[in-house]
Amino acid sequence: MIKFFLMVNKQGQTRLSKYYEHVEINKRTLLETEVIKSCLSRSSEQCSFIEYKDFKLIYRQYAALFIVVGVNDTENEMAIYEFIHNFVEVLDDYFSRVSELDVSFFSAVNQVFHSTWQRTG
Amino acid sequence: MSDIVEKTLTALPGLFLQNQSATGPAAAKASFSSRLGGLVRGITALTSKHEEEKLIQQELNNLKATVSAPNTTLKMMKECMVRLIYCEMLGYDASFGYIHAIKLAQQGNLLEKRVGYLAVSLFLHESHELLLLLVNTVVKDLQSTNLVEVCMALTIVSQIFPREMIPAVLPLVEDKLQHSKEIIRRKAVLALYKFYLIAPNQVQHIHIKFRKALCDRDVGVMAASLHIYLKMIKENSSAYKDLTGSFVTILKQVVGGKLPADFNYHSVPAPWLQIQLLRILGLLGKDDQRTSELMYDVLDESLRRAELNHNVTYAILFECVHTVYSIYPKSELLEKAAKCIGKFVLSPKINLKYLGLKALTYVIQQDPTLALQHQMTIIECLDHPDPIIKREVLGEYSYLLGKETGEEVITKLYKLLTSDSISSETKAWIIAAVTKLTPQAHSSNIVERLIQEFTTSLDTCLRQHAFELKHLHENVKFMKGLLPVDKSCEDMVVDASLSFLDGFVAEELSQGAAPYKPHHQRQEEKLSQEKVLSFEPYGLSFSSSGFSGRQSPAGISLGSDISGNSTDTGLKETNSLKLEGIKKLWGKEGYLPKKESKTGDETEALPVPQENIIMENVDQIITKKDQSQVLTQSKEEKEKQLLASSLFVGLGSESTINLLGKADTLSHKFRRKSKVKETKSGQTTTAQNMTRSSFSSSSNVTYEEDYYLDNLQDRGDKEVKKFSLNSELLDSESLTELPLVEKISNCRLSTPSLFADNNMEVFHPPQSTAASLANEISLASSLLEETTEHMHSDLMEVCNNETISVSSYKIWKDECLLMVWSVFNKSASELKSANLEIAPAENFKITEQPGCCLPVIEAESTKNFQYSVQMEKPFTEGNLSGFINYQVMDTHSVQLEFSVNLSLLDFIRPLKISTEDFGKLWLSFANDVKQNVKMSESQAALPSTLKALQQELRLHVVDIIGNEGLLACQLLPSIPCLLHFRVHGDMLALWFRSSCSTLPDYLLYQCQKVRAWIDPQVPVPIPCFHPGLTRAFKAECFVSVFLSSRCKKHGKSGGDLVSKDSESPGHLCIVYPKTQN
Repeated sequence: MIKFFLMVNKQGQTRLSKYYEHVEINKRTLLETEVIKSCLSRSSEQCSFIEYKDFKLIYRQYAALFIVVGVNDTENEMAIYEFIHNFVEVLDDYFSRVSELDVSFFSAVNQVFHSTWQRTG
Repeated sequence: MSDIVEKTLTALPGLFLQNQSATGPAAAKASFSSRLGGLVRGITALTSKHEEEKLIQQELNNLKATVSAPNTTLKMMKECMVRLIYCEMLGYDASFGYIHAIKLAQQGNLLEKRVGYLAVSLFLHESHELLLLLVNTVVKDLQSTNLVEVCMALTIVSQIFPREMIPAVLPLVEDKLQHSKEIIRRKAVLALYKFYLIAPNQVQHIHIKFRKALCDRDVGVMAASLHIYLKMIKENSSAYKDLTGSFVTILKQVVGGKLPADFNYHSVPAPWLQIQLLRILGLLGKDDQRTSELMYDVLDESLRRAELNHNVTYAILFECVHTVYSIYPKSELLEKAAKCIGKFVLSPKINLKYLGLKALTYVIQQDPTLALQHQMTIIECLDHPDPIIKREVLGEYSYLLGKETGEEVITKLYKLLTSDSISSETKAWIIAAVTKLTPQAHSSNIVERLIQEFTTSLDTCLRQHAFELKHLHENVKFMKGLLPVDKSCEDMVVDASLSFLDGFVAEELSQGAAPYKPHHQRQEEKLSQEKVLSFEPYGLSFSSSGFSGRQSPAGISLGSDISGNSTDTGLKETNSLKLEGIKKLWGKEGYLPKKESKTGDETEALPVPQENIIMENVDQIITKKDQSQVLTQSKEEKEKQLLASSLFVGLGSESTINLLGKADTLSHKFRRKSKVKETKSGQTTTAQNMTRSSFSSSSNVTYEEDYYLDNLQDRGDKEVKKFSLNSELLDSESLTELPLVEKISNCRLSTPSLFADNNMEVFHPPQSTAASLANEISLASSLLEETTEHMHSDLMEVCNNETISVSSYKIWKDECLLMVWSVFNKSASELKSANLEIAPAENFKITEQPGCCLPVIEAESTKNFQYSVQMEKPFTEGNLSGFINYQVMDTHSVQLEFSVNLSLLDFIRPLKISTEDFGKLWLSFANDVKQNVKMSESQAALPSTLKALQQELRLHVVDIIGNEGLLACQLLPSIPCLLHFRVHGDMLALWFRSSCSTLPDYLLYQCQKVRAWIDPQVPVPIPCFHPGLTRAFKAECFVSVFLSSRCKKHGKSGGDLVSKDSESPGHLCIVYPKTQN
């Protein structure tokens, strides 16, 4: 189960967030900061999966933008990892060469995300 | 890949629309240069969090003004909503926009509606009460002939929907399963999945329809139905064994590439679908040989087919291995799967390595020998830089014993331990692994050597692990029980409460050890100690009066000498204002000359540090005033004070907090003095609170409220009114030493009113029909004395049995809501150990009032339990539950549970202020909400509306100027809210302002309800019920009206609107337009 989906840049600015379980707004900021911190502390030798509290974080980096998905234990990490890439490919197609700023145009991104996710499972 | 993209894009009606309106991505870019774009760029350009905060606050303020302005078009609203979402996404509260999001979804055209729905799905959560307001819109859209609208409605339902309202839309969603468009069918399935998640019982009857969806000719619909099946099979696999064949066939088709090519991802056919199916098969085949046999073939094929070297094939392989190892084992398959893992662990790609190790854990649990081939790789992984990998290795490695004995493995591990190349963290993991192995390796010398070496290690973590091992090693029997060889995957029962230590704790406590305090408590205590300390250097003595300060002893003695003083309220206001004035006196540069202070000479003479000055000043001022017995104050002075208060509105929140901290100490200290002082200090605090509330930014509202609750004493609260009362009330007579409760109620009753019948006793929550008449009489006679002084609700029976009957009623006291539970003993014997407890509720602060304390209820008598309730956070309604237990004849004890509904209105009290004060307060509040309401008859509207507002919402009518009215109220303890309204033609413009950000919205909602009460001609778009009803009841009523298009009670059918019903005041029925054909 996906718990949340985040797009955060290296400066820690959230570009897109979507929570599938209600998280209070002040806790969200905290969570996002911690998540991006733990992603930034990873080296290229380390794998893209991090254990964080009760979740597993799966992240992928595109230029300065991190896409992080928080899942629970039952999820197949690699499937999510590839799902992120699928999503990015769709975005790239939609925005014809997607850039970080495009992502902030989130109403469309949200729609794409939702549909992509529904299709892929 | 581009195929799937195309498919996805065409499947997006919303995007499709946008494409049409201005050709695809270009459109996105174009509108991106809008104000959202500006905001995003602005924020990106900033460097510090602080700047961002400032920018967003400013943005939010602008947005707030725009969304509540009456002339904002829906198009602008859409634009605003997008920015609001962005602000909230960055972590800033945008709750003032929630209601507008719902409105946008309700009223907008397709594009605006989409944004409205999106905003709702992002803003609200499942149990948010505003969500109920969306139901109507969803129903309307589901019935629309426009596919896009139907799609949007289904999408929102699949994301967020209130559970109670499922019956209202379920038939509509079910119908959509037969729709000719596959996207509608797919979304309908997903909506049903959502329903299944939140209320599985409600969709039980349509399981047969799920099967139809599984066999749908469209792959998308089939894939969507797999979500439901995965969930259902997880809960009860035995009921779906018969579907195994279907799942196997589907998987065969997918693996065999029979799906349309647009489902391929990097030329792998529908990978996520495969994973989903494999998962389902794994659940179905678990411990079931016959079912498992059906899937061996397809699993074998899956393993074979996944030869492409792409990440996603590894994801499928991994899932496949998992499935093979979770179903009934077939050795040939197991071997193949184990071999497959080699591809993972040998891969240079770190992610695959992780996946491989994770897969190995499945293998080892089934058959360790199969994992032996990878042993060397595993050991290599031990020193991997990634801790998650190490954990995966060592967690299971200890069970991986093949031909090698435990001792040999331990020797290897020990060698690793002594090598310098590995980090201490890895070492810790290794010791953990050794610990696991030790019970199997008999009397190992190496273990002892290891213990010896590492118990003296400098690394704490290592040392701890070593000590653990040492102690376990000394008690081998225990160790074997703790670390069983073949039970690695069974859960152990852990006593998280550490109850086995209770005896030890009790012993230590009896020997005088300090009881354990949680970290936060210690922290608090430390802080409070520091606070006390900071006062000490300045104090001469710490007398029992608790007051310290060089100049104060005289003040104390004087203060305690005086009793029964009457003081002018206005003066106290001065005092409190001066607290702030004084604060301002001492700037960075030192002393700043004071302008409007009237007792300046005293303060100026005291060059003592700030904090002390304030305390001493107040004390002196009060004393002085007490002495001089100033009874009146000129109007000019009052105006000056108000001016002063508005001047200090701009003070930063930090300084306010400081001020409050001091006020707090003050009030505590004064309280211990004479009674007169008590009153005053209370007033001081309150006055501060009043001013404070105008400072507060929305972000610290919660803190502020907590503060009120903690610090405000009842007395102070009552004084709020006096402090801000109309000048007519400010006669010295009302401030004598009479019990305050009485005084206030007198004040209230004697207020000159605009309407003859403003006694407000009209508020009647629904009566219980269950309570027997006899009971009521006996109970009524037992109503508390206070009841006669205050407004109160009728008695309502909340629960009963053959022995007792519990009724409750509310007393709307001026400073709090007093809940009284009357327990009537019907039996002829007395009840012992009677005890009533109220469960702590999230939004309330409940304090038990001292009352009768004997736990015995005599035969045929009544006992009252009183609780004062304060609201901690504004909301429309909440539940208070509790239980009563008692003993009959010393034998068995009985427990009865009950609950009572509380509404926001229970905590609203009139705020009596003058027109002038209203004006000043109005300017100081930042949060406002505007709404235009259409009226039916403009002539009679003003007086009747006023009356209704006054009676139902308990607003105080401050003034009426022409066709405008000013009203004021406060949410207890003291959050003021002001209402300005103007009748213009047939429009009624309501304008709320408050220091609290959410209060205006809630009051507006209540106002709309009231409007429905008074004017039956106004069609109300939202369900309106009396606040006394429970949420569940409302939902039920709403649904029954919906489904039958006919209200059970009135027999009215669709389209009719039934107004206030005289027989049952609780039931307001609005019949909605027909939903079904």
